[in-house]
Amino acid sequence: RDCQQTDIKYLSGWKQWKRASSKSLRKFVNEVKELSSYLKLWRHDIHSIEGKFGTGIQSYFSFLRFLVLLNFIIFILMFSFVTLPSIISKYGVFNSSFAKIPPKNVEPHCTVYKPSGNKGLVYFYTYLKDLLSGTGFLEMTSLFYGYYAIDDAWFSILRYNLPLAYLLATFAYLALSLLWIIKRSVEGFKQNLVHDEDQFQSYCNKVFAGWDFCITDPNAARLKHRSLQYELQTDLEEERMKRKIADRTMKEKLRIYSLRIFINIIVIAVLSGCFYSIYRATVFSQENSNVSIRGDIRTDAANLLVQYLPSMVITLANFIAPQIFSILIRFEDYSPAFEIRLTLMRCVFVRLANIGVLLFSLWSQISYCATDKCKACGYNYELYPCWESQVGQEMYKLMIFDFIIIIAVTLFFDFPRKLLVTHCSCKPVQWCGLQEFGISDNVLEIIYGQTICWIGTFFSPLLPAIATVKYFIIFYIKKISLIHTRKPPARPIRASSSNFFFLVVLLIGLVLAFIPLGISIAHIPSSKACGPFRNYNTSWAVVPATVLGFPTGLQQVLYGIASEAFAVPFFMVICLVMFYFIALAGAHKRVVEQLREQLVMVRFDPLSFL
Amino acid sequence: AYKRFSELLPKEERDNACSARVPKGRILALPELRANPFQHRICHVFSTSESGDGSLSFEDFLDMLSVFSDSATSDIKSHYAFRIFDFDDDGTLDRKDLEQLVNCLTGHGEESRLSPAEMEQLIQNILEEADIDKDGTINLSEFQHVVSRSPDF
Repeated sequence: RDCQQTDIKYLSGWKQWKRASSKSLRKFVNEVKELSSYLKLWRHDIHSIEGKFGTGIQSYFSFLRFLVLLNFIIFILMFSFVTLPSIISKYGVFNSSFAKIPPKNVEPHCTVYKPSGNKGLVYFYTYLKDLLSGTGFLEMTSLFYGYYAIDDAWFSILRYNLPLAYLLATFAYLALSLLWIIKRSVEGFKQNLVHDEDQFQSYCNKVFAGWDFCITDPNAARLKHRSLQYELQTDLEEERMKRKIADRTMKEKLRIYSLRIFINIIVIAVLSGCFYSIYRATVFSQENSNVSIRGDIRTDAANLLVQYLPSMVITLANFIAPQIFSILIRFEDYSPAFEIRLTLMRCVFVRLANIGVLLFSLWSQISYCATDKCKACGYNYELYPCWESQVGQEMYKLMIFDFIIIIAVTLFFDFPRKLLVTHCSCKPVQWCGLQEFGISDNVLEIIYGQTICWIGTFFSPLLPAIATVKYFIIFYIKKISLIHTRKPPARPIRASSSNFFFLVVLLIGLVLAFIPLGISIAHIPSSKACGPFRNYNTSWAVVPATVLGFPTGLQQVLYGIASEAFAVPFFMVICLVMFYFIALAGAHKRVVEQLREQLVMVRFDPLSFL
Repeated sequence: AYKRFSELLPKEERDNACSARVPKGRILALPELRANPFQHRICHVFSTSESGDGSLSFEDFLDMLSVFSDSATSDIKSHYAFRIFDFDDDGTLDRKDLEQLVNCLTGHGEESRLSPAEMEQLIQNILEEADIDKDGTINLSEFQHVVSRSPDF
């Protein structure tokens, strides 16, 4: 403060005013930030979790909050551009009407679609069954693709092209998710890059910056002590391991590499087993779930089970495969950090590939065409008159089942286990102890759910709303489960690198979601019996059709952008820019090295720099 | 902040809070400091009392809060962190300081300390990373240099 006072005397009047105004502006900005932080969802809850359990677990809960917000925004997007115009024009509100253009050049048998809604007297459990499997009364609601059978909506004189809006809204929510995730991960990426380059800084970072000053609870402090001790010991052991690896003889290396190849083959075998079982389960479920006699509760229950078979097999595979991987990796003799990372990548791959296999088996069923009549439509019109709705139903079932499993595991495994541990003091029970709150397992669970949501939103526009509600409830369930039944993980994860890791895996999920959507939109013919794309070959075909309606000047520009004459030079320019930045980074690194050496020399020989 | 400080004083001295000193024992009862392994060092560093008993006046209390707040620059934070970690107050972090620092971090009690071999390896690594002039100790500028590259500080 004294320095500032003396400085002020020497500055002119204009500079003084500038300084005073910048100070008050900063104060104002700070107050606005404080006020807006009060509006943040769950601010108090996450803060208290941070105080009790540390920043690693807190990063999981802020990740969950981020997903709730993302899903809510996606829902608003799809609702306002797709669902709302459909509902408004169907009910004729605000002087609106809609036009249903009859399809031309299409075989009549492709357009037959009679969703079996509930007619007459139905039992109450049919509603429950329909709620769980997305059929019956839900099939014709705006939840699924089949409802949006409008081609143009007219609001007084404005024409609203619904098919185009549907497609563009899909692209918009994918782009929005991509940009938001990248923006959030840029911060973590910068820190990760610095951290990786300076690997020899890790010890100082742990020792000087290791203590989390936000901890207020003595229990949490004890845990933090233990986790710090564990982390330091692990790092030291890893260093010893590295030295041991460097000292290995040729014979030992050969033995270890052949062992690793063998174990990788086992891993691939396990994966193929999972994929094959999912494929068979999906085929079985699709073949047998269309035969249902309504009104008999036994066959209905069995039918429900058959319909949920793919979801159950996927959940089982997601549970068993990581256990197998964590057992196998012990034989591979890697350093501890690499072990953790490799197991994690394998688990991520299993979870995301399972969804891919499910979708692939669905498509093989849908596009399986034996007769000529079927080939005229392009898809299996007998079993799947409105195949997008069916896929939407499959995604809906996956999401509901995921939600049910999370609730069931918490209710039927965690709470009884906690009761058992607190009231029964026999040795084996105490040795089992409470379950750890595995951060990576939980994160993979919610990323799996989010990937389903991204893929499913095209087929079922209201799915993000269900996802928002689901994650909202999961937040409270996980919080209660954490406080009452779990102990924090013994293996700590640093907050700065874990945030980046979650976002990278989420990005992988998003990119993986692009593939099925791309194939559905551009490759598989859209169903002719329902949906907004009845009059087009594929869903993508609405875009070229709209472009043809533009003035010729604009058409030329758009064709120019999409042609090779533009794309190839653009790609080369991007490559050049990337090479420039890589070279810049390399040059900076060399400068840092040189400056470090200069620092050392200055100490010993200051005169040489004068 | 004034309210928190005056709550720590016994009732009679509340009106005189600006000039009173709070004894160390009551400062350590604050929830933020209770679980902190560096509580004694923090009191010692921020205390300006001549008798060295670790008591804090209101200005010392304000100093402490401002250094720990989010808006303090990393220069100030690293300067005070250096003083907190310097257990023997000699202006540099030598091997003994580092050893005590690591023991504070891993917790008190025999089973939670690192073995002597591990401690030696750890201190060797720390000095390798941070000690630029290779004199076996870490002075303030080396400490600030290391800390400025730490993402978690």
